[in-house]
Amino acid sequence: MARIKLDGVKHSYAADPKSPADWALKEVNLDCQDGGAYALLGPSGCGKTTLLNLISGLLTPTRGRILFDDRDVSHATPEDRNIAQVFQFPVIYDTMTVYDNLAFPLRNRRLPAPEIDRRVRDIADMLDLGPSLMNRASGLTADGKQKISLGRGLVRSDVNVIMFDEPLTVIDPHLKWVLRSKLKELHHRVKRTMIYVTHDQTEALTFADQVVVMNNGEVVQIGTPIELFDRPEHTFVGHFIGSPGMNVLPVTKENGGISFLGTPVESIENVRAEALNGGRLEIGVRPEFVSFGTTGIPVEIGKVADAGRFRIVEARHKGQLLKVLVTEGDAIPSVTSHVRFDPTHTHLYSDGWLVK
Amino acid sequence: MNKQVNQKAWFLVLPVVILVAFNAVIPLMTVVNYSVQETFGDNVFTWAGVQWFEQVLNSPRFHDALLRQMLFTGIILAIEIPLGLIIALAMPRKGFWVSVCLVLMALPLLIPWNVVGAMWNIFALPEIGLLGKGLNSLGFDYNYTRQPLTAWFTTVLMDVWHWTSLVVLLCYAGLVSIPDDYYRAAKIDGASAWAVFRFIQLPKLKRVLTIAILLRFMDSFMIYTEVKVLTGGGPGNATTFLSIDLDKIALGQFDLGPAGAMSLIYFLIILLFSWLFYTLMMRNEAQ
Amino acid sequence: MRKRSLLPIVYIFFLMLPIYWLVTMSFKTTNEILGGFSLFPQAFTLENYIKIFTDSTWYNGYINSIIYVVINTLLSVSVALPAAYAFSRYRFLGDKHLFFWLLTNRMAPAAVFALPFLQLYSAVGLFDTHIAVALAHTLFNVPLAVWILEGFMSGVPKELDETAYVDGYSFPRFFVKIFIPTIAAGIGVACFFCFMFSWVEMLLAKTLTSVDAKPIVATMTRTASTSGYELGLLAAAGTLTIIPGAFVIYFVRNYIAKGFALGRV
Repeated sequence: MARIKLDGVKHSYAADPKSPADWALKEVNLDCQDGGAYALLGPSGCGKTTLLNLISGLLTPTRGRILFDDRDVSHATPEDRNIAQVFQFPVIYDTMTVYDNLAFPLRNRRLPAPEIDRRVRDIADMLDLGPSLMNRASGLTADGKQKISLGRGLVRSDVNVIMFDEPLTVIDPHLKWVLRSKLKELHHRVKRTMIYVTHDQTEALTFADQVVVMNNGEVVQIGTPIELFDRPEHTFVGHFIGSPGMNVLPVTKENGGISFLGTPVESIENVRAEALNGGRLEIGVRPEFVSFGTTGIPVEIGKVADAGRFRIVEARHKGQLLKVLVTEGDAIPSVTSHVRFDPTHTHLYSDGWLVK
Repeated sequence: MNKQVNQKAWFLVLPVVILVAFNAVIPLMTVVNYSVQETFGDNVFTWAGVQWFEQVLNSPRFHDALLRQMLFTGIILAIEIPLGLIIALAMPRKGFWVSVCLVLMALPLLIPWNVVGAMWNIFALPEIGLLGKGLNSLGFDYNYTRQPLTAWFTTVLMDVWHWTSLVVLLCYAGLVSIPDDYYRAAKIDGASAWAVFRFIQLPKLKRVLTIAILLRFMDSFMIYTEVKVLTGGGPGNATTFLSIDLDKIALGQFDLGPAGAMSLIYFLIILLFSWLFYTLMMRNEAQ
Repeated sequence: MRKRSLLPIVYIFFLMLPIYWLVTMSFKTTNEILGGFSLFPQAFTLENYIKIFTDSTWYNGYINSIIYVVINTLLSVSVALPAAYAFSRYRFLGDKHLFFWLLTNRMAPAAVFALPFLQLYSAVGLFDTHIAVALAHTLFNVPLAVWILEGFMSGVPKELDETAYVDGYSFPRFFVKIFIPTIAAGIGVACFFCFMFSWVEMLLAKTLTSVDAKPIVATMTRTASTSGYELGLLAAAGTLTIIPGAFVIYFVRNYIAKGFALGRV
């Protein structure tokens, strides 16, 4: 087990990176506490898998250092780093039994047979693989195979970190939920550092204590699921997390206040003038914190979508779309109305970044 | 894959069936016809029963040819399959050199078989061939037109030259289809190079290796043109394999009865082995 | 890494040696070849090639070969396409036996069939025509093409067919407009294999022709046996037979690996 620190890590697949576009990963600084559950969340191509491979040692960073408990492992091999990884598509050794699959990493490290047997049985029980221990691994279903891949990491008592690269991709939808809670439970039991890569916010938010949101090769925000929801540091985070995502509306500075297409927005006050130097201004407010009323910003009501416990209303102010969440049972105005933004949950963004 | 039952699919296979039947069934019937009749020329045939089959099966000449054939096939399989596998394992997986390797390696496969024979014939000539001259100047007594042993050596070397690439290409195709994640997982599990081969590469290559063995078995059992041009079956009968013997009987001596009987026995042997391989292969696939 | 790539390099070197020797010889005069051993042509000559390109019995051999190989390739692949589709998509009475029966024809030694073929094609009046050789070669090329194409087609999800039928495509239109473009790579590989096996086969090609459709490979055997040892000429003719193969292989180089695994790995 170890604390993992990334210090100014950059990576490029090009031999000689010059333009910013050559970098798959722009400067990343990250500090993962020992025993924590982390998720790397972002759309495909954001660099999260690159980052994962850098930590596991399958790639070597072009710049910067990777530290495991203050030991510089930037150039160490995956074996040296003592990590475990569960891949997107289950990797199992087809010709072996489930037992041999789990024992394989220990046998390669020449542990005594009784010790191997004890640990394999321990982990098999933990993963509910006990009954199929002596079966051929190739006969298992996809979720069983993923459990084996995970088990091969868990049997080693000394792994620094267990990494997951979109491990639920090939799992049937109804089993995803089961495996997800199993993972959470395992983390509580074994208290190992775990890093989970995904593009699915539900997976990230349920699994991790700390979520690292990435976009375009950069870390956009690191925080708990609640922080990401309440105070997105970047409009990307606001939009990417939450369903539906945050309303991001273009605004301008007028008469010392903020105005949305000519209508003053009262929810934003006390804006420090120096924070607004020249940047493109937007406000972000989640549909949960927009409410209908008799005063405020005038809107026309458009489509209404039913999403179970609430409804999503598409409203337009001078053509600009904004979504409003209405709890089941509350009335929805018919043609025109006004909306108000909850002041504590309305944020101002300059060039995409939160103005503090 | 769950396939749908559809008897109308027969219409789709009909052209193939007609074409192949025309080419396979009629000539096969002709062969069967010969094999049970006696002829004295002039298209006079009389019923001979299983006489020719008994004659062929009891003749030392057939036994010798069959023995030589099995020995030859055994030797080339023992060389080409492991060699092809090792070369495929040593090949680069990506980049410019892969294409170069593949094109150069596939080249022998696209040379007409009699050109292969002719090429090796002049390449191995003891006086003026690169191989023959080379071996002789290294102190070996080498003359494939006179010594049975060197004739065998040359024939085997030619076949290895001609066909190992097929095994290499098949194995290579199998190797590149293994996802990178398998190698990564093995690295993380601390597997040795041998363990990677034994537990990842070999199991994934089982299918292509079966195809390679099947193809090499069939084709080496049918070898004719290359050997015919290289040694003509000699010196003496040293390299007279089944096809060459058959050709000597059928076209050389025009003994159509024994030739027909021998053809059928020959064909049945290949069929039997191929069926065994095929069944094994299908069983593997079903797993 | 360095050490590992040594083996393929040594192997390729070994492959190139006989080819080098053949090419070198083609630039030597017959006298030089028979006169003694030399690594390079001492008296470089193009005479052998000039002879081949000016003598009609020689260059017609090439033309004949190419004609029947092309006819065979087109014929084999076009009949194999619907059959492979049937094998990859449907179950029908006797399908497995039929498939194995087709494969058995790949196992029939040409020596067994040479004489019956001669009689068959003489009887139907096709002896010494390009069609005869092209038809005879379908014996082993059609099963092979069916096998390869079936492999590629099995890799195409059935949903493609179903979607097309739902969109109102008829079977022939779907097959030509959608399915064939989808498995274009497989067709390319099948063509390559048909070309290859038809091009390298000699026994049947020689048996079924005499003058009008005589292939280059048969012309060469005549040179070797009747007109003495014209080694230079033989080498030049041999060198020229390598070229079409090299040309074809260059085109399919990116599909070669997949093709050799019969599309299935």
